[in-house]
Amino acid sequence: MTELYWLPELEAWRPRLRALAAGDASGADSGAAAWAEAVALANARLDFVRTNALDQIVARRFGETAPPDLATKPVRLALLGSGTMAHLHAAIRVAGLRRGLWITIYENDYGQYWQELSDPGSALHAFRPNAVLFALDPYHLTAGLGAAAGEAEARERLLEWQERLRQCWGLAREAFRCPVLHQTPLPVHPALLGSNEHRLPGSPADFILRFNRELRALADREGADVVALDTRAARDGLRAWHDPALWHRAKQEVSPATAPLYGELAVRLLAARQGRSAKCLVMDLDNTLWGGVVGDDGLEGLVLGQGSALGEAFAAFQDYARELSRRGVILAVCSKNDEANAFEPFDKHPEMVLKRRDIASFVANWDDKPANIRAIAEELNIGLDALVFVDDNPFERALVRRELPMVAVPEVGDDPATFAQTLADAGYFEAVAVTAEDRARGAQYQENRQRERLKSSATDLDSYLRNLEMELIWRPFDRVGLQRTVQLINKTNQFNLTTRRYSEEEVLAVIDDPRAFGLQLRLTDRFGDNGIIAIVIGRMAVSDDLVIDTWLMSCRVLGRQVEPTTLNLLAAAAKRLGARRLIGEYIPTAKNGMVKEHYPKLGFAPLDRRADHGASYVLDLPSFVPAETFITVREG
Amino acid sequence: MTEPEIYDALDEIFRDVFLRDDIALSPELSAKDVPGWDSFKQIDIILAVEAQFHIKFNTRELDSLHNVGDLVRVVAAKTA
Repeated sequence: MTELYWLPELEAWRPRLRALAAGDASGADSGAAAWAEAVALANARLDFVRTNALDQIVARRFGETAPPDLATKPVRLALLGSGTMAHLHAAIRVAGLRRGLWITIYENDYGQYWQELSDPGSALHAFRPNAVLFALDPYHLTAGLGAAAGEAEARERLLEWQERLRQCWGLAREAFRCPVLHQTPLPVHPALLGSNEHRLPGSPADFILRFNRELRALADREGADVVALDTRAARDGLRAWHDPALWHRAKQEVSPATAPLYGELAVRLLAARQGRSAKCLVMDLDNTLWGGVVGDDGLEGLVLGQGSALGEAFAAFQDYARELSRRGVILAVCSKNDEANAFEPFDKHPEMVLKRRDIASFVANWDDKPANIRAIAEELNIGLDALVFVDDNPFERALVRRELPMVAVPEVGDDPATFAQTLADAGYFEAVAVTAEDRARGAQYQENRQRERLKSSATDLDSYLRNLEMELIWRPFDRVGLQRTVQLINKTNQFNLTTRRYSEEEVLAVIDDPRAFGLQLRLTDRFGDNGIIAIVIGRMAVSDDLVIDTWLMSCRVLGRQVEPTTLNLLAAAAKRLGARRLIGEYIPTAKNGMVKEHYPKLGFAPLDRRADHGASYVLDLPSFVPAETFITVREG
Repeated sequence: MTEPEIYDALDEIFRDVFLRDDIALSPELSAKDVPGWDSFKQIDIILAVEAQFHIKFNTRELDSLHNVGDLVRVVAAKTA
């Protein structure tokens, strides 16, 4: 199945596309509204014809440049391949549009990926990509290989390709300092032996299998991300992905009919690298996590677990949700129920896989679901666009989509046996790495609730903070913490003064720069380890100014004096570089309004206003007196 | 499937592929008559027709398509 079946059919899609195309040039219909409409049209179940149509209209409407005030960093994607990929551009751009990303694409001249990469004067270099996707087709990779070749020759060829890939990725990384993606070749070759194809060393079919197996390890060593077309083709059937007739006709490895799914797979990785993957799975209860209605059927009447196919399917979906949470996805419950009824299965039903401690935010009442989903986002301190809502009830799905278009609401249908695969196919939670923080996230939300209890029992804020026994542990950027640093830089939206997004390479450059520093801050307290919760980057500018390039913090630790304590650290680090003034900037985005007054609150004086309503501030270092807080600080 | 039925379906496909309502399909209409009808658009049309009629063209059939009339004939034969 290569359709985007988790997306809803949109009523009046075609008339709406026409309206978008007609547009209102007089300006009554603003760019922002047109962009929102284009994003909405992209979030429908589109086949390749509609995908191409939408792409053309967007190009007519917006031309070559991204709409202003875009909350996301525009992507400049270089496709470096051996075959033809022009038929995939539209689908890649539309998959970006679906996530609010503006994507500009460059594709190398036919077959010239290596030449363009190694020539600094090439059009590729002039394009200055901020993401590169390599696409070497299976015919290119196996050219000259065949039944006559022996094992030594096949092995030699594999090693040659691995070396070539390392060179390609290295050149791209060095020149563009950006994420590198590599798509697996599709297993297109017909077998020569059959089931035991691996006994024919020169078999092109077997070579591609070996190539793909080893590509994973190579990509991990070299820091590239894999676009796994091979595993998708194994699920969907190769026929859906590759048409030999189209290869012969137009050198298209990926069939144009499958382009929308191809675009999804590639763009999910780009979005994940920008921190735009979803963070939280919000689940309905009745007929979503168990069969039946707990308020009517009672605990004994629920269909769940061993004993029936339906019950096992619900338990399997719960298990999938729990597995997601164990790798960092936050779980929440949003149910129309009396709270006591909603809790009961979690506490008492022996077949429940999910327990109350697995649920970071539990909302069961009779308010409408959009309001409750808002409450969940607020409680968890994450954006609405970081939520995925699963509900078997089409009415609730439609309501949430209408009221909260930024929340992802997959068409899960009403068969629990398909819920998990639908979520997986939709790829909302695409991640490129799992950090220790991801694994501990569930426990951290637990600990947060214990902190909340302490807070409500403490008589005043000071005694609460003192009783927390907080320790802020700081380290300069290092390779050990690199993944988490990059993850935070790219996904923190709210408490983020400048929202500058940096790749791994750019973070490494900070480590090597003697006139800059990057700090990673960990907060622990008596309830546990909050993990790395803040990142600051300072750069010396002209004269004795240290500019705070980046200051971001996880909203989980708001209101705990981390900000003034961080400023103490920043000031000390700046003084070590010989700075006499700290310069702080606030660059407004759609999401970071909460830190508008961050610098004035910390005692900075206004310096300059920016055209975009941002501002810069200054703090004199020689007269700076570090704030007293309830946080102990140490290096570690 | 009758030729008029096939023309009706093709009308829709051409409208979606070329984003134009003013293409009057006739048996003689071919790529040179429609701006933007290049080899990639040709493949888009073919794939859309295949999906619409649940058929698959073979390489010889694809090579024999020179105008809309050819396309309609092959579709009619395959859906008969």
